[in-house]
Amino acid sequence: MSAVSPLRTTGEEQLLTGWGRTSPSLARVREPRDVADIEQAIAEVGPRGLLARGLGRSYGDAAQSGGATVLDMTGVSAIDLDANAGTLTAGAGASLDDILRRIVPAGFFVPVTPGTRMVTVGGAIAADVHGKNHHVDGTFGSHVRRLGLLGSTGERHELSPTGSKRECEEFWATVGGMGLTGVITDATVDLIPITSSLISVDTERTPDLDSTMQSMVAGDDRYRYSVAWIDSVHPSGRGVITRGDHADISQLPAEQRPSALNYRAKVVGTAPPFIPGRLLNKLTVRAFNEAWYRKAPQRRVAELQPIAEFFHPLDFVQDWNRVYGPGGFVQYQFVVPDSASEVVGTALRTLQGVGAPSFLTVLKRFGAANPGPLSFPQPGWTLAADVPASVPGLGRALDQLDELVAGAGGRLYLAKDSRQSPDMLARTYPRLAEWQAIRDRMDPTGLFTSDLARRLSL
Amino acid sequence: MNDALGEPQSVLVLGGTSEIALETVKALPRARIRRVVLAGRPSPARDEAVAALTGVGIAGVTAVDFDAKDTGAHAELINSIFDAGDIDITLLAFGILGNQDDAEADPDHAIDVATTNYTGAVSVGLRVAQRLKTQGHGSLVVFSSVAGDRARRSNYVYGSTKAGLDAFAQGLGDALHGSGAHVLVVRPGMVRTKMSAGLKEAPMTTNPDVVAGIVVAALRKGKETVYAPGPLRFVMAALKTLPRPIFRKLPN
Repeated sequence: MSAVSPLRTTGEEQLLTGWGRTSPSLARVREPRDVADIEQAIAEVGPRGLLARGLGRSYGDAAQSGGATVLDMTGVSAIDLDANAGTLTAGAGASLDDILRRIVPAGFFVPVTPGTRMVTVGGAIAADVHGKNHHVDGTFGSHVRRLGLLGSTGERHELSPTGSKRECEEFWATVGGMGLTGVITDATVDLIPITSSLISVDTERTPDLDSTMQSMVAGDDRYRYSVAWIDSVHPSGRGVITRGDHADISQLPAEQRPSALNYRAKVVGTAPPFIPGRLLNKLTVRAFNEAWYRKAPQRRVAELQPIAEFFHPLDFVQDWNRVYGPGGFVQYQFVVPDSASEVVGTALRTLQGVGAPSFLTVLKRFGAANPGPLSFPQPGWTLAADVPASVPGLGRALDQLDELVAGAGGRLYLAKDSRQSPDMLARTYPRLAEWQAIRDRMDPTGLFTSDLARRLSL
Repeated sequence: MNDALGEPQSVLVLGGTSEIALETVKALPRARIRRVVLAGRPSPARDEAVAALTGVGIAGVTAVDFDAKDTGAHAELINSIFDAGDIDITLLAFGILGNQDDAEADPDHAIDVATTNYTGAVSVGLRVAQRLKTQGHGSLVVFSSVAGDRARRSNYVYGSTKAGLDAFAQGLGDALHGSGAHVLVVRPGMVRTKMSAGLKEAPMTTNPDVVAGIVVAALRKGKETVYAPGPLRFVMAALKTLPRPIFRKLPN
């Protein structure tokens, strides 16, 4: 390639980061409105390739690709509910937020939702997201009946988990495939029928990490949804377990039954555009965590909570990722098998040791894995903690934790990762080569790539 | 690609035997480094540099032939390096001090200094910038000098090349603003290296590893200009305001 163009950037080019606001790179952003627009973008692609991006909620560099064409898919967002079949067909750029507004009043819920509803269907499949019901229902990808995919020559694929062997392979390489097998255009997913928009929630405050874990082992099977928040700055690792299930209309007081399927999800505030990096420190996080812990009752049973309050507490504050200041943050999320449950405590102590203030530390038990070679969940414990990227010594501390996680047979979640090494990935995803072989067959020219793919030699 | 904690995977050193540049590579976080390209003329010193970096546990260190004055070869060289993979950090670290008396007696020597330090840097710097723009990320570190802040009687040929290089690098940084790529201009004072061996030490003379530490910290913070050592910023600001009759009389 010869140097011919000036260094000026054009209006189409944008600096993109993940939700953690680290490591920006410049890409040519296009906004397709339909499949034809995507085909055209593929036909006009440059030497740096192409990548689809949803709402940018992956924390690291999964939805950015320096120098490439990045498709902002949020315009491809048609939603079609088939109430008789209990399925939804949606454009890859449709958000769970839009979908819930549409389907909850009709008596349905999404099969899986992560801690934010500000994710797209395409992103949910590409990252194979999980939610509070993983121990019962598995990942989002486990509920996808079919998906449409555009390949590197613009050819259209229909993929389903019940198709031919080749189709199955390509389906499961796309589920959890981080957008590297092609551009997902739309998908059909099974929905959960509901009779009310409320969740019946049991809350339990625990004095330390051991009792949290014991209680989850003993009781999770009785609930469809379960998660624990951990006070990561308190030496005991105390926490609050919230578990629940969709409330049946019969559980509602009589006067509420006519409006049982009402759905409201409001944003109550927006984080200011600039927050100094020092605002979030050990003192403010300790104060927040103390208040969060005290707010929870010692034990409360069958409290009726709206969907947004139970599933999406983060979404009440728009752009909350700004609270970590201009340096951005990383989210460290790993899974380890039950046999290595002690890694959870070690990880919390390690993060405390480097003085990493985290107020969104979440612990959950995973159920069975699905057939996706790059799908993250496997049976055991998963812990997710936010840490400001500027904490001194963080890199070494996380590298040491990586060793521990890998040694225990665990791994890191690619949708959160922004710093693991290629060796760590290869060691902890034993089916990486199998996935790469299928991806190479689907995309022989390596058209679909991302900063994450380059960083990890995916 | 730098990771979220600012750790690079690939480094290119233009002037692959520069002591300051080699110390900078050693001072970078090295856990994620997979590729270091030392570009310089073939020499035992270049072989030793490869061995030294490899010896401290840095992965993927190789050497390529590069001559700052052979500007006709720059495009192919830079393209081949970037075609093999993105470069996260490029250190533009070549340069010669020359000899002021020789330069005044033999202008060809002055031209040699100017071609190496300025023309060569403009040639290779623009080609690197083009590729950084294309990849959408990366840092270019340009080693300027306080000698460029105000030319002195005793070494104004060298000083003028650094003044030109400094102005070029600042403009390049502005051109790349918003492109995902970033230029850091480093202005060291006198540094104890083979280049300055035998010269009388100026006040605030420092060592290559100190400069390296300052460069790495500045990269981490995304700075655009940094002096080494830092307080030289104030010394140079004061020197620049001195009237010429006084400046001329300062001891060299």
